[in-house]
Amino acid sequence: MNEKILVGTSKGLLVYQRGINGWSAGKPQFVGFPVSMVYVDERDGTWWICLAHRHWGLKLHRSFDQGRNWEAVTLPKYPDDAKLHSGQPATLKKVWIMQHAGHDRPGGLYLGTEPGGLFYSSNGGDSFELVTSLWNHPSRKSQWFGAGRDHPFIHSIVVDPRDSDHIYIAVSCAGVFESKDGGHNWAACNRGLVAAYLPNPQAEIGHDPHRMFACHANPDVLWQQNHCGIYRSIDGGKKWIDISGEEDFPSYGFALAIDHHNPERAWVIPAVSDEVRVATDLALCVCRTEDGGQSWQDLRNGLPQENCFDIVFRHSFANIEDTLVFGTTTGNLYLSEDGGSHWQCLSSTLARVESIVICK
Amino acid sequence: MATVNFTSALRRFFPKLDTIEVEGTTVAEILDQIEKEFPGMKDYLVDERGRLRKHVNIFIGEELITDGEALSDAVAESDQVFVFQALSGG
Repeated sequence: MNEKILVGTSKGLLVYQRGINGWSAGKPQFVGFPVSMVYVDERDGTWWICLAHRHWGLKLHRSFDQGRNWEAVTLPKYPDDAKLHSGQPATLKKVWIMQHAGHDRPGGLYLGTEPGGLFYSSNGGDSFELVTSLWNHPSRKSQWFGAGRDHPFIHSIVVDPRDSDHIYIAVSCAGVFESKDGGHNWAACNRGLVAAYLPNPQAEIGHDPHRMFACHANPDVLWQQNHCGIYRSIDGGKKWIDISGEEDFPSYGFALAIDHHNPERAWVIPAVSDEVRVATDLALCVCRTEDGGQSWQDLRNGLPQENCFDIVFRHSFANIEDTLVFGTTTGNLYLSEDGGSHWQCLSSTLARVESIVICK
Repeated sequence: MATVNFTSALRRFFPKLDTIEVEGTTVAEILDQIEKEFPGMKDYLVDERGRLRKHVNIFIGEELITDGEALSDAVAESDQVFVFQALSGG
């Protein structure tokens, strides 16, 4: 397999490739610049990154030749009449996620951004327009809010492989929203989630999903690492079930990976809750379930078990089948090629890892 | 014509960067001329609403411009304009 691992860090982009002597990184690119988002469009192999320059603003780049050459792409702009709930004009703060719009929508691309805008491109990213139906959702101004950031942000986008008009997005903080008509109408689907930080923890809106996926083999199975636990739905999000496990199970975290061939199988990387934000027991651990979240197995073989202050951000854990890789806030990069049973350290000297993609 | 000098940090994105002389009576007009000389640079200096980016400094002579919103500070023909990045990281 000719897999590549793209690692976006706070100081540049690294691309790892497997060779005769194992995995190694090529020459780092964009050195010194925060690479806040990495995406590979599986349809045509286009690589995308977003740079978050401290001085010069956000910049979107794409490559049609696997990173040998990059070209700048104009970033989406919030319309002049797009306002925050404060009344201030909305401006792009961060690009969190890119997702293609389906194999039957060539050139269709979504961008999930902060402060809460979903953008769509129908021309392969040459231009983007705000999805106003979501921006104008009646809940946005009063029930969406920032979590660890000043503004709400869209970090997960799921397009149903059976029907490209069927879309889910996850917003921190607001929750999960579903459209069945290609993004014209949106409905919250957060039943079963608990938001322990709200006066009404079962509120329809105000939840804090950290990461969400749907299983390709059975897209009615959705997984979610939430601020308040780990959740799974088997009915397309009509109801979420808490699968956090035993009472002392470390159910807080950001990162989630799922097996797209097996709807019973997923991985999370626990962390101590938001006041502390370090690895649980200062030891790195990946937890795997093989039975839809009824039980979880600790996977620690090859991972350091003392003085680990690592946190794994939501987009810093990726997998293709049983090849898993995650990067941490302290610049460590770990790889497993057997579903998490054994891990190897690819680097312990990177900058903060912001985003990871594995591609073939 | 005003003379515009740039921080060398911008040369990484605009390899042909050099001091230029441009027509313009306000900072906004100067930026439009800069964009013509170095396409794409304006996006590095102002945000999507046209406001000076928070970590970009523009001086006219030795004075920081005062209007980062409309960029209306007056520029005279003999002025030296400096486009710098704000200091960061101590």
